[in-house]
Amino acid sequence: MSSHDEDRGADGLSRRKVLECMTWAGTGVLWTVAGGVPTSLGLVGEAMAETAGMTFLQISDSHVGFDKPANPNALGTLEEAISKVKALKAKPSFMIHTGDITHLSKEKEFDDAQQVISQARLDVHYVPGEHDIIDAEPGALYKQRYGQNAKGSGYYSFDQNGVHFIGLVNVANLKGGGLGSLGVDQLAWLEDDLKAKTASTPIVVFAHIPLWTVYEKWGWGTDDSAQALGLLKRFGSVTVLNGHIHQIVQKVEGNVTFHTARSTAFPQPAPGTAPSPGPMKVPDDKLRGMLGVAEVSYRVGNSRLAIIDQPLQS
Amino acid sequence: MTASILVRGACAAALLLALAVGLPGAAQAADVSVKIDNFTFGPQRLSVKLGDTVVWTNEDDIPHTVVSISRFRSAALDTGDKFSFTFTKAGTYEYFCGLHPQMQGTIVVEAATGSATK
Repeated sequence: MSSHDEDRGADGLSRRKVLECMTWAGTGVLWTVAGGVPTSLGLVGEAMAETAGMTFLQISDSHVGFDKPANPNALGTLEEAISKVKALKAKPSFMIHTGDITHLSKEKEFDDAQQVISQARLDVHYVPGEHDIIDAEPGALYKQRYGQNAKGSGYYSFDQNGVHFIGLVNVANLKGGGLGSLGVDQLAWLEDDLKAKTASTPIVVFAHIPLWTVYEKWGWGTDDSAQALGLLKRFGSVTVLNGHIHQIVQKVEGNVTFHTARSTAFPQPAPGTAPSPGPMKVPDDKLRGMLGVAEVSYRVGNSRLAIIDQPLQS
Repeated sequence: MTASILVRGACAAALLLALAVGLPGAAQAADVSVKIDNFTFGPQRLSVKLGDTVVWTNEDDIPHTVVSISRFRSAALDTGDKFSFTFTKAGTYEYFCGLHPQMQGTIVVEAATGSATK
């Protein structure tokens, strides 16, 4: 520790003490934007009491079955993530899993994932990742478990607390040289699904591969997402939740907030910082800081949903 | 005496002819390897002979698949897994990884007689 950390401020608090306090409280601060001005509402639990709304979780890329050096126990870190979910002060309304539930679409991997995730005792809304549809009859196992009430490759929508949620699938029927793909059928369904919604209805769209181009060279984007985003343009609040890249990237564009979540299994390199986007081995004591889940909070009257990323270990 | 010389000559001629066109099994169909590693097929472009078998081996630390639309599709290949395909039709086969479609490769299958179809 440098002596700089020991310097006392005007109120007698050392810099180190302030940093320690910020680290403890930092993961729980909820921000909202009212009239364009960001305001801190304090810790999540306190904020919940003030305004009507809800909080849900985004969990992603659990890759159950993965056992390589980057994380020999993906099921174990998923279990840690679910323990963290159970320990949250404000119980979330439900979870969204943005895909790559399993690593190789094996029956046992689906079973193990289900067994651990169900420990959270929350409803979970899934969309598949490309690792979930590589069984012998591609997509059959996923559909059996999570796609019974969905259309086509597994897309669907539902409403909760006045928010319209749309699960999209952009990992099916991929073409050589291409990125993620929604396809004409799904886009037609999306247009129809949105028709009756008023522009003031908050929309949350979730899909596995990012719906904007994060890094084309590594396939981190969706070929026809512009059409989907065009259909969403008229809405006052749109939140896009994605996974696939195993790191947090956020972007705000007009009324649309984009967020990709951490994995609960292993991190991947930042765009262009490695020869390929494979699993990234980090020192053991750094791994859990790079894995996690995200809390997403909607407050009636606020156009932007608040997203707080919670690492497995601060 | 004359007849046996003729027979020996005919045999010799037949043998030479057979060698010239290639007896079945005289030119063995080969197993040719493609290595999958670092999200790449190596070699990316490969020329093989009609009847050859290409064996893809995944040496990457992430699963991949080998897909050529309407031609062949492998199962999910984890680290160490292999996929083989024997090419019985000449032509150019473009393929890609079904999980990571930015990964692409080409197999060019040449007709056996040595007159390659360019």
